[in-house]
Amino acid sequence: MNNAIEVTQLRKEFKSYSSRTGLRGAFRDLLTRNYKIVPAVNDINFTVKQGEMVAYIGENGAGKSTTIKMLTGILEPTSGKLRVNGMNPHREREKFTRTIGVVFGQRSQLWWDIAVQESFRLLKKVYKVSDQQYDEHMGHVIKTLDIGPLLDKPVRKLSLGQRMRCELAAALIHNPPLLFLDEPTIGLDVLVKLKIREFLKEINEKYNTTILLTTHDLGDIEALCNRVVMLDEGKIVYDGELDSLKNNWAEQKEIHFQFMNHVNLSELKSLPLTFSAEWEYDEKDQTYIAYLKEEDENISQLISVVVSQFKIKDVKIHETSIEEIVRNIYEKGMN
Amino acid sequence: MDKYVEMIRMRFLMMLAYRTDYYTGILIYSINIGAYYFLWNAIYGEKSSIEGLTSIQMTTYVAIAWMARAFYFNNIDREIAAEIKEGKVAIELIRPYNYLGMKTMQGLGEGIFRFFFFSIPGMILVALIFPIQLPYNPVSWGYFGISLLLSFVINTQINLLTGITAFFFYNNAGLIRAKRVIIDLFSGLILPISFYPFWAQDIMKYLPFQGISYVPSMIFTNGFSGSEIVYALLQQSVWVLILLIPIRLLWTAAKKQLIIQGG
Repeated sequence: MNNAIEVTQLRKEFKSYSSRTGLRGAFRDLLTRNYKIVPAVNDINFTVKQGEMVAYIGENGAGKSTTIKMLTGILEPTSGKLRVNGMNPHREREKFTRTIGVVFGQRSQLWWDIAVQESFRLLKKVYKVSDQQYDEHMGHVIKTLDIGPLLDKPVRKLSLGQRMRCELAAALIHNPPLLFLDEPTIGLDVLVKLKIREFLKEINEKYNTTILLTTHDLGDIEALCNRVVMLDEGKIVYDGELDSLKNNWAEQKEIHFQFMNHVNLSELKSLPLTFSAEWEYDEKDQTYIAYLKEEDENISQLISVVVSQFKIKDVKIHETSIEEIVRNIYEKGMN
Repeated sequence: MDKYVEMIRMRFLMMLAYRTDYYTGILIYSINIGAYYFLWNAIYGEKSSIEGLTSIQMTTYVAIAWMARAFYFNNIDREIAAEIKEGKVAIELIRPYNYLGMKTMQGLGEGIFRFFFFSIPGMILVALIFPIQLPYNPVSWGYFGISLLLSFVINTQINLLTGITAFFFYNNAGLIRAKRVIIDLFSGLILPISFYPFWAQDIMKYLPFQGISYVPSMIFTNGFSGSEIVYALLQQSVWVLILLIPIRLLWTAAKKQLIIQGG
């Protein structure tokens, strides 16, 4: 199998200015500026095979977007080697961009004031898609994403979920073998998220499309990706399977309880459980938090025991977020 | 080529989506033409001609200069700057087309739209209200057409140059405003070039701005004679070629410099 993406010793540096203090400093800044060079992406290496679905994760500012922008040919790397779909993305930009699809979750690529179908029509011409190809492929995409009724509406009148589905369809007009998704599910409700995940899976199976996805949503990754590449401060800190990442680093779940009546922490601590759980009281939110390992039926056992003894007002199960996993790894170091 | 035609069509749709802009545009241009007409009438007074232009030629000059402006004028410099500032340029760079070429086409779409739905009806209206002398010679119309197209290209090239500077200076709004005043002043829109003092005319000869408004307007008002027309058109074409060079250089440098705002 071919590699869709090959990255060796990739590096991107930015100049960052720092202002001097005070009025005198401001005047000095007019003449000469203090600047230092900051590496946003720091000599990273990885390869992605054709047909793989990879999650590219990390905290804000870790360098995810910068990497994606280099992989899509928008930014020129400071140094390092980069082959995507067998091409150099920045040098051969116009030819290269025909072979990729990109969705930026926070940025629309549809024309704001006119109907969605006009954007599609333009993109169809831009990517030189024939009528027959378009009808066949897009007919299916439009049906699966359920955007048929939205096509004659101006983009500004669509809800975020509707727009996102249209964005995804727009990125797939030329049926690219490689798809970059930069936070595609940000701000969407659960139903739309599910629909988008299902659709991506289908596309991947049907066309063997490679998908590289950045996200802060663990659900996205669990649903789609086997492999996770994690970035921190411009360096890859983890590259491997999602399961082993979660087993090692996301062992704890938090369950938040709020009770109708006053409850003592010691009462909770002495509940009869077949495993150990730690309890804490958060005074600010008036919630009791149980920390436990996610094994077997631990969660359901804990909840049923608590419910049988106390009257509860609210229960929340708190999933470990990507950020917490990253922080865990960062604090404890990778072994 | 298809995609460029499609882009012109998109611009048409966008212009139609903003009808209010279109109507207020007509109003502003009519007020401008009216104001300059009365101003020039007062300046001419009893005199039959100033600097080789009769008062009727002057009225025609003012009317055609503004109607031509509707065609060549566009805001793509401001659009490019906004796209860079908001980080939208990232979206443009993942498309398999030439960004500057597409921007030019958008400008052309806007120009063609205004030419048909603004300049032509506007010119008919103005011709009914003010004493205007239209050229009878079809050859003059032809020369005017070529000259107008070249003026669009020069103006757009200058807009591209101004727009690209946003890659280097985060905020180039001042530069864009300065460019606009310079073009209105030095292109002969407000005052025909022949009215400037000689030393200023000498300087302006070496600048591309008179190719934007003065040349097509003078051709239309029969202010130029045969060989002068050919010379003026040639000068416009040379500027089109010269301006390609800094655009190329600046664009290559800009792509290296690019920082996408907002993550």
